[in-house]
Amino acid sequence: MAGPRNISVSEASRPLLPRHAKLKYDETRKVWVILAPERVLAPDEIAVEVLQLCDGKRSVGDVSDQLAAKYAAPREAILADVIVMLQDLADKGFLTEAREKTP
Amino acid sequence: MSDVLPTIPPDASDSLAVLEKSRSTAETFGIPLAVLLEITHRCPLQCPYCSNPVELDRSGKELTTDEWKKVLSELAEIGVLQVHFSGGEPTARKDLVELVKHASDVGLYTNLITSAVLLTRERLGELADAGLCHVQISFQGIEEGLADRVAGYKGGHRKKLEVAKWTRELDLPLTVNAVMHRQNLHQLPDIIQMSIDLDADRLEVANVQYYGWALKNRAALMPTVAQLDECTAIVEEARERLKGRLTIDYVVPDYYALRPKKCMGGWGRQFFNISPAGKVLPCHAAESITGLDFLSVRSNHSIAWIWQNSDAFNRYRGTGWMKEPCKSCEFREIDFGGCRCQAFALTGDAANTDPACALSPLHETIFKQAEAEAEGETNRFLYRNFAGGTLESGNDA
Repeated sequence: MAGPRNISVSEASRPLLPRHAKLKYDETRKVWVILAPERVLAPDEIAVEVLQLCDGKRSVGDVSDQLAAKYAAPREAILADVIVMLQDLADKGFLTEAREKTP
Repeated sequence: MSDVLPTIPPDASDSLAVLEKSRSTAETFGIPLAVLLEITHRCPLQCPYCSNPVELDRSGKELTTDEWKKVLSELAEIGVLQVHFSGGEPTARKDLVELVKHASDVGLYTNLITSAVLLTRERLGELADAGLCHVQISFQGIEEGLADRVAGYKGGHRKKLEVAKWTRELDLPLTVNAVMHRQNLHQLPDIIQMSIDLDADRLEVANVQYYGWALKNRAALMPTVAQLDECTAIVEEARERLKGRLTIDYVVPDYYALRPKKCMGGWGRQFFNISPAGKVLPCHAAESITGLDFLSVRSNHSIAWIWQNSDAFNRYRGTGWMKEPCKSCEFREIDFGGCRCQAFALTGDAANTDPACALSPLHETIFKQAEAEAEGETNRFLYRNFAGGTLESGNDA
């Protein structure tokens, strides 16, 4: 059960927030927050947009496609930024990956 | 870096900043993001370092189910995001599932801080269904001989391991909380491995803080300087090795530091807790300071009013209350003079500099005394209970 969970984020990863991390809009402070045990993170607006697309079904590549289309921007640059942001979140323990059930 | 996503900075960690809760002393104080709810002081364990006050609230004084629900709704309304259900042992309250459900319904992130020994698998399942977000289980050691002795509860360690396993089977995230002291620090490497084996996401290595019960037991608990240095090295190595796998939060005892800790982020700045009887407190030890009148949620004031305006919260807020050496110290807004409860317990005046600070005139004396205790032979515990404590039998060494 306790297999290694170090996540290496790549274009093919299908990340999502783990159960203990919840993305929520804080009405009182008018900011987006990620709630986690003993921590509240304040993701910036791009991080929020990326995380809203990370549902465990879309791959990082799919997410980048969508953002590239939305901002009419070079996909490769976006992909690189998204991977850096998600890897940072993973290293902090706030990202998990959908596991392959059937390939 | 791409110029189309300018808000992702080169250092991506900035895009996920831990929300800064502190404010300048001139500002009004925003409602804390997280609140600790000590819903009962009842507990089957008798840990000699318990963070509850020596004067425990009896069950008859506890807030009712409806009163706690009202508190939860009020907290969510004023902008609190997280609540920690703690105690005592929170599962000793029969209405815990109902309270967690209500907290979830009003949008709060819920954490259960438990000794786990009273939980059944069925009840843990009910808590999960009620929306519980996270479980934190305390461990007193790595094997039952020592762990059960520290907790003063036979069979506790084995039960904790079982509940930790159920927690993960129910897909609830798990934090292992390990309170460390002289008599169990040698087990730290194994506690880290145990956390991995239990599939925990997070480990709290919390050295005992010496107030209340722990202060009474200081001679039996205080680690040596060498033990602490080793502990720090072990934590640092494990953090690097287990990055992304296990988050390790580390709390050092402040006796051996030169600078005091910024206790609670400063009095009345980032934190409050609510006691079983409904008192709104600047920290869980605050009632040990005599002469302060802490208001209850049963008073006719709102929680927000108590936080912002009550005398007890304003007494040690900011820097205006300080005496020398704090008053003119360049660090006064960095650490706010350390811990008020510790200052009161060790000097008799909560407005004195916390003796953990090297600038306190009492620092040398207290440090030397603690060091002598750490090298001493007293291992016998005074167990925490409603009877004012019971001395351990058969461990006179």
